[in-house]
Amino acid sequence: MRITSGARRCGGLILVLALTLTACSQDTSEPANTQTPEQITMLTHDAFAVSDGILQDFTNETGIEVQVLKSDDAGTMLNQAILTKDNPIADVVYGIDNTFLSRALSEGIFEPYTSSSLSAVPESLRAGDLATPIDYGDVCINYDKAAFDSGTPAPKTLQDLTDPVYNDMLVVEDPATSSPGLAFLLATIAKFGETGDYTWQEYWRDLVANGVKVDAGWTEAYYSDFSAASEGTRSLVVSYASSPPAEVYYSEVPLDEPPTAVITDGCFRQVEYAGILTGTDHAEAAGKLIDFMLSPEFQEDMPLNMFVFPARSDVTLPSVFAEFATVPDHPETMDPALIEQHREEWIQQWTEIVRS
Amino acid sequence: MRRPQRIGDVFLVGVPLLFLAYFFAYPLGAILTKSLVANGRLDLAPFGDVFSRGTLRGAIWFTVWQATASMLLTMLVALPAAYVFARYRFRGKSLMRAAITVPFVLPTVVVGTAFLALLGPTGVVDLSGTVWLILIAHVFFNFAVVVRTVGGFWGNLDPRLEEAARMLGASRWRAFRTVTLPLLRPALAAAGSIVFLFTFTSFGVILILGGLRFSTIEVEIYRQTITYLQLPIAAALAVIQLIGVTSVLFAYSSSQRRQAIELSLRPSEEVARVPRGLSDRLVMSSVLAFTGLFLGTPLALLVGRSLRTGSGFGLDAYRSLATRTSALFVPPIEAIRNSLLIAVGATLLAVTVGMMAAVIVAHRTGLFSRAFDVLLMLPLGTSAVTIGFGFLVALGKPIDLRTSPVLLPIAHALVAIPFVVRTAVPVMRSVRQDLRDAAAMLGATPARVWRRIDLPMISRAGLIGAGFAFAVSLGEFGATSFLARPASPTLPIAIFRLLGRPGTFNEALALATILMVLTALSMFAIERFRFGEVGEF
Amino acid sequence: MLEVRDLAVSFEGAPFMHDVSLTVPDGTVVAVLGPSGSGKSTLLRAIAGLEPPDAGSISWNGEPLNGVAPHARGFGLMFQDYALFPHMTVGANVAFGVEGRPGADRRVAEVLEWVGLAGYEHRSVGRLSGGEQQRVALARSLAPEPRVLMLDEPVGSLDRTLRERIVPELRELFVRLQITAVYVTHDQEEAFTVADQMVILRDGTIVQTGTPEQVWSSPANAWAARFLGFSNIIGVEVAAGVATAPWGTFQAGELGDGHHQIVVREGAIKPRGPLEGTIVQRAFRGGRYLTAIEMGDGSTLEAELEDAPAVGAALTFRIDPGGVVGLPDGPA
Repeated sequence: MRITSGARRCGGLILVLALTLTACSQDTSEPANTQTPEQITMLTHDAFAVSDGILQDFTNETGIEVQVLKSDDAGTMLNQAILTKDNPIADVVYGIDNTFLSRALSEGIFEPYTSSSLSAVPESLRAGDLATPIDYGDVCINYDKAAFDSGTPAPKTLQDLTDPVYNDMLVVEDPATSSPGLAFLLATIAKFGETGDYTWQEYWRDLVANGVKVDAGWTEAYYSDFSAASEGTRSLVVSYASSPPAEVYYSEVPLDEPPTAVITDGCFRQVEYAGILTGTDHAEAAGKLIDFMLSPEFQEDMPLNMFVFPARSDVTLPSVFAEFATVPDHPETMDPALIEQHREEWIQQWTEIVRS
Repeated sequence: MRRPQRIGDVFLVGVPLLFLAYFFAYPLGAILTKSLVANGRLDLAPFGDVFSRGTLRGAIWFTVWQATASMLLTMLVALPAAYVFARYRFRGKSLMRAAITVPFVLPTVVVGTAFLALLGPTGVVDLSGTVWLILIAHVFFNFAVVVRTVGGFWGNLDPRLEEAARMLGASRWRAFRTVTLPLLRPALAAAGSIVFLFTFTSFGVILILGGLRFSTIEVEIYRQTITYLQLPIAAALAVIQLIGVTSVLFAYSSSQRRQAIELSLRPSEEVARVPRGLSDRLVMSSVLAFTGLFLGTPLALLVGRSLRTGSGFGLDAYRSLATRTSALFVPPIEAIRNSLLIAVGATLLAVTVGMMAAVIVAHRTGLFSRAFDVLLMLPLGTSAVTIGFGFLVALGKPIDLRTSPVLLPIAHALVAIPFVVRTAVPVMRSVRQDLRDAAAMLGATPARVWRRIDLPMISRAGLIGAGFAFAVSLGEFGATSFLARPASPTLPIAIFRLLGRPGTFNEALALATILMVLTALSMFAIERFRFGEVGEF
Repeated sequence: MLEVRDLAVSFEGAPFMHDVSLTVPDGTVVAVLGPSGSGKSTLLRAIAGLEPPDAGSISWNGEPLNGVAPHARGFGLMFQDYALFPHMTVGANVAFGVEGRPGADRRVAEVLEWVGLAGYEHRSVGRLSGGEQQRVALARSLAPEPRVLMLDEPVGSLDRTLRERIVPELRELFVRLQITAVYVTHDQEEAFTVADQMVILRDGTIVQTGTPEQVWSSPANAWAARFLGFSNIIGVEVAAGVATAPWGTFQAGELGDGHHQIVVREGAIKPRGPLEGTIVQRAFRGGRYLTAIEMGDGSTLEAELEDAPAVGAALTFRIDPGGVVGLPDGPA
């Protein structure tokens, strides 16, 4: 069990404090392999997962031990970080995505840090010197291949979803309680806009008229309503671009191709960031952890554990991803500040439209 | 009861009070203050916001009426079963009483999926999108409360009272309405209050089964906090919820006082009889069959699904629980171990604090004792988000407990203590003075009287309370999910995580089945310690 | 020997029991008889030490017991509803008072045999019948060989047949074992059967003491007479040994001249004589008839006759002066 006893933690902390105090006046950095094990804490959400031994490798390399604290989801995690700003419960936080980034920045929970590996990360993912991008995932409409054929081809664009041919086929998640649900909503807002002939509100009215179903979360949508994964009747679901590879990976019988595919139009890119929490006593060690998270070892481990794409563009993807994942060329994105400003209002408007 | 010394009283009140003050009242106050106080001044604007917004007003209204409807529906549906358990003796009665309590302690995350399968678009009947799905799920979860509370009390009422009425010419229905029902009123009020309390603060059911149209205060607190990061509004809602809950609890506490009236109460072993005649047997078997079907089908569905493999049925999902799934950072089997360890810790805490508090509640009358009783129950009616975040805000100094593993048993103990108190109080009240006098007349010194008479009976109450605390801790999901936990998950958290990822659905259900079995074992162990005396639960 | 002198006890805060004195010699049974509310249980509880007296003293062989805790007095008390410990077996209940003493198991077996429950040690008390529970309670209080055994309405919750069988058995047990007992009841027949001495209690104070025979032949006053079951209580004028009642005259034996309240025993009414009345009730009691005879002035006399005519018939009778008892003046 990875829980470290409170006593050990206390002891380690005192030791580290003593060391940092003496090191403070010096300019040299700590040697990589110190005798005393330093311990840092990473706050993250429930979806965090790494293979055995990866974090142990980090400890072996740097002599720093990592304790992982898990929260329910990104929103909970952000709240926890904000509430404990003055006395942080962790040194690194990982998992704040672009929908919450602006709030994290405005609350000032991050300390500046620029990782040495940042150059390997595409510009489009970067977000200043407070938050380091670690991975991204695309929220896209997934469809059940078995439900479509030459007679009824699968939809290709978001607009297609309003076609009566696809009546009663789509299931989405509530943006107020689901991260992919919010991502999809933002995609439609980014695509159709708030002004002009056809706004996102009108799009959603059309979707409602076309029989869209709304579930509280991804689990209900995917495992109770999506026809490819349950006895449900809905063949179109808001899920991830990594879902089809996952279907192959977890299939009980070997598959040549995924039973599902994605519509690349209207995907929304979710980028996940890591940052050092202000007030930490272990800023340097925290930085090392972030560097490690951008290392090829960690980046290559992520896809099959968290079903996300690594932020670095120069690492190899696992075969099931390389073969079966579709990465949209032009996913929808939105300025995090804009998201922060309008999120509540958009969700409320959406709720009113869908409820009627 | 002879008044123990003042010192004893102070200790008995002090320890629970301190525990609740530091681990409940203080965090609660801290988070509410942080959200509602700006620059040293209380800002009441969020309350105005709450009442000016249609959605939030609607949520408050819906919370109240669905809780009322759920309470009434549960009473209606469960009353026949309460009757059968009270009046009849039948084989497997203990087993059944344990079994019907299992749904009560299961997390909604486990049952939600089953309910959707049964009563959703692909189910037997499509109730999705209607309020009925919510109400039925509430009945499912709270069935045992009515059967055990009302049935328990009913099982001690002298049936000869009703027979006397019938001999005087009253029909069965009239005898029931004019004799039994008024006598049952204290138990009905007690059960009703508890069901109302749980459905008032219902979260998982509303979220998973309610769909877009239905929202309660609890759900809105979650939304405002997590999605909109609007802590002031969430805090205002939490306060409103607390006010509602406190009023219900005061009503419940009053009903408890009235139950102490001396009636023709007989030990339930005497009252329960073997069914005689065709109509008796018909009533009993149809009620039991309905109960079994109603409560068993969703659970059977879950178990069945967990046994499904690519090629039929098998234990594959269970086998893979032992191997490491990095999704959880530890093998799911370790989640079982964690949950058990935490449950043991929570039980020890809850029984210690709860038994002390129970002595005060059982034997002291007056406003203080009632307020104390309400305070003990409050954690059940407080939003999990609020408690979880309250811990973070409050428990950083002087000792930083915010991420300590000891916080989990504490949080679980908070919601388990009410159960310990509720099971212990009636037993304590029933330790009659004449038993103590008889022991004294047989030469027992006061110390020996306490050791041989009070203690064994109280220990039984403690064991029963411990069984409940254990089961409640195993299934606790709400407060746990808002704490920042070290990587090792509890069972419900593990189930939730496995459900939220592709490819691990069957493993999730396998874990859920294990949770069900552990809970059932706990409930069944309790049955061994009951001995039919007057008491609820 | 148990001595109670001038005992006064409050009940629920108000003074209630007063001037109660009685003596219980070793090996005798004193029955305390009285209606509900007369203070019988209060008296027992005071003797047991469960209720502190306001005044008076309780002593054993001259040793005062005021202030001595109940568990140190060496008295036994059998409770009205038995107060069996529900979480213990029969054997454990009975053994409670002798636990730890050498030979305890043998003692338990012995007393269980006395009460006719041999072999019941391992039974659970919850499943016993009323009669069995009563006997376990009795056995339990006998086991520690108490100096005085007090019994509070011990057969009150049993049905009549059981009662009529058990009470003589109890008497026989007390005599055989030479038990010193205080037996409380509201039933006169029970008291008569079981007692060496009787004490009649009313409203917290003693109305009469004496052996059953004494109490029977000379009730202290009209109330006591009625309570003891006598129904023919009449006011008469006596002159020269002849009593004049509203409906006739008869020989009154040793009563002095003047106005008297008298009891005419049911058995003193014999058939064939100068007095006349009409049978208005007749109840067969196996070998005899309990009859109510309506007299000229509308009052009724109750009689026990071997042979009685049917209801409505006239009856002529006489009164045997031996069955006429004068009541001392006192509250009626």
